[in-house]
Amino acid sequence: MRQKLARVIGGAALLALVAGSAACGNGGGEDTAAGGDQCGNKIAFFGALTGSSAALGINENNGAKLAVDKYNKENPDCKVELVPLDSQGSPDQAPQLAQKAIDDTKILGIVGPAYSGESEAAGPLFNEAGLVTITPSATRPSLSEQNWKTFFRAVGNDFSQGPAAGNYIKNIIKAERVYVIDDQSAYGAGLADEVKKVLGASVVGSDKVQGEGKQTEFSGVVTKVKSANVQAIFYGGYYQEAGLIRKQLTAAGVTAPLVAGDGVNDAAYITSAGAAAAEGTILTCPCQPATEARGTFAQEYKALNGTDPGTYSDTAYDAASILLAGIKDGKTTRPGLLEFVKNYNGEGVAATYKFVEGGELDPAQVKVWAFKVTGGKVVPDQEIPKS
Amino acid sequence: MNFDDLFSNFGTYTATGLTQGAIYALVALGYTLVYGVLRLINFAHSEVFIAGAFAAIWTWNGFGLDQNSQVSGIGSIMFYLLVAVIVAAIASAGTATVIERVAYRPLRKRNAPPLAFLITAIGASIAISEAFGIWTRRRPEGAPNLVSTEPLFHIAGVPIDAVQLLTVGAALGMMIGLDLFINRSRVGRGIRAVAQDANTAALMGVNKDRIIMMVFIVGGTMAGVAGLLYDVRIGTLTYSVGFLLGLKAFTAAVLGGIGNLRGALVGGLLLGVVENYASGLFGTEWKDFAAFALLVVLLMFRPTGLLGESLGRARA
Repeated sequence: MRQKLARVIGGAALLALVAGSAACGNGGGEDTAAGGDQCGNKIAFFGALTGSSAALGINENNGAKLAVDKYNKENPDCKVELVPLDSQGSPDQAPQLAQKAIDDTKILGIVGPAYSGESEAAGPLFNEAGLVTITPSATRPSLSEQNWKTFFRAVGNDFSQGPAAGNYIKNIIKAERVYVIDDQSAYGAGLADEVKKVLGASVVGSDKVQGEGKQTEFSGVVTKVKSANVQAIFYGGYYQEAGLIRKQLTAAGVTAPLVAGDGVNDAAYITSAGAAAAEGTILTCPCQPATEARGTFAQEYKALNGTDPGTYSDTAYDAASILLAGIKDGKTTRPGLLEFVKNYNGEGVAATYKFVEGGELDPAQVKVWAFKVTGGKVVPDQEIPKS
Repeated sequence: MNFDDLFSNFGTYTATGLTQGAIYALVALGYTLVYGVLRLINFAHSEVFIAGAFAAIWTWNGFGLDQNSQVSGIGSIMFYLLVAVIVAAIASAGTATVIERVAYRPLRKRNAPPLAFLITAIGASIAISEAFGIWTRRRPEGAPNLVSTEPLFHIAGVPIDAVQLLTVGAALGMMIGLDLFINRSRVGRGIRAVAQDANTAALMGVNKDRIIMMVFIVGGTMAGVAGLLYDVRIGTLTYSVGFLLGLKAFTAAVLGGIGNLRGALVGGLLLGVVENYASGLFGTEWKDFAAFALLVVLLMFRPTGLLGESLGRARA
């Protein structure tokens, strides 16, 4: 009898719950239908904020933060919230995190995912959910060939950066013997392949190391580079390994300059390598120097975040600004905002944005810059000519 | 397969491989000591190593040295190395002691099943590693250039530098010292006694808890020295490097015969050179494959490792 009673009460409680939530659902529906609640929207930043490759993600999140901060100051009664989604740069965690973003219906657009690996893992989910993403830094070429209608890339891809790095080695360093190393990541190997294509027979040797902090001891590859007697070394990968490789190369007496992509463009590279060994390293980037960004971006960024803008801070700012411009324009549904981004054509602080097929940035707008480590700092060297 | 590369650089691969192997061996000693006495795989040992490595770097930072400092003068180099090695050894031994007191001893008192020890060890390892990660904001920290990497002399055309000499020399020295300590000293006899039969040893008046504490302290000291050598050799430290290095060192211990001190040395050096040979022969991406394939094959034929278990046997 007692048990029965309990069941009845339990059932009633359940019913009440269901009814309650249904009521809430209805309430929400009415609001939207009436167009009364256009506010409380969110955009998310998706990338590594902790973990060994977080530096770039933090640059970008801070850039997006500035865009949102400015938007909220201009629209104090209809603010937009920036949700930081920390992927730790891991493709394994990306799908779960993407689902989290998709489930939050107030999130209308994503700045990110920051890296190529996580973009590949999360891309299909975003595509299915129709949630627009603008990545400021995932440069793997194949990402735009997946027929994801929600993928947009605010920078040039490795097809622009790889050949530029190759051209720099060939035309500016004028190296005839080059060693190419990559970290077997999609990003690093992709970049290394493009460089090899440009340099052809000048590549006298190549090797693959382990990325993601899995290798710290590179005596094997250092031995090979040393005996190959080269004039330049290209590394496709991220700063963590690049710093150690540079340090160990220099320790072994290899003085040839290291050329690497934007994944190495981080102050932590110089900490890892030590300023003396890092000196003269060339870093390419399908971006312009953040301090070259137009207007008062650099000052405003510093005022908000307390640091100077880093690599891709400006691009992330622009990506967030595009999403915010859509929301301001009343595109407060996911399909609406997606359509807005697709047809976007406008100027940001880092570049002029217009997306072509597959979500690629219009190739005419892609600039690749070379940066050089000088006196322990990464300073702009020159824009790399396209051929 | 690139035999040309392997043969033309054979000497360099061997020299650098032995250097790395020496570091593996020193860390491996900690695994093997604890396993020999407690039959416990102390997975947190990799963090004991990291504690020493960070302690050395922070000591140098305390003297105002960072990754860009160039120290000259044999006197000041020796001074900095000596101070750092003492601090590193104390930090590592301290960390090991804390892990033993906080994590393992309470479990032993309650006769916990082996699985509980294993999970506690992994838990302690991750917790300490994450604490270092948060503390260092997950950024790399650099060591000053203390020991020159200019070649000192050549053996059959292979350049040998001071870092390699220091690393291998220190590892061999520590190893010999430890061997004597275990085989000759009173505490060493106690360690062997507890390893053979803890209860009988207790009946003979050996204080088991004190001996176990000693084992952690000795293993920690070795790891501290390894941490310093790692700093000197690699020059940059990130909170997360302990995991893989610990795994390699554990592999080295098993390869040589876990519980066997000399086995740890042999296993470490062997692992170091095999990694480098594989790197030369197949490409660096194959080095872990080769190292672990070697482990699997070797254990098939010698399940107790190269030199077999010995700490627990009557004639250690």
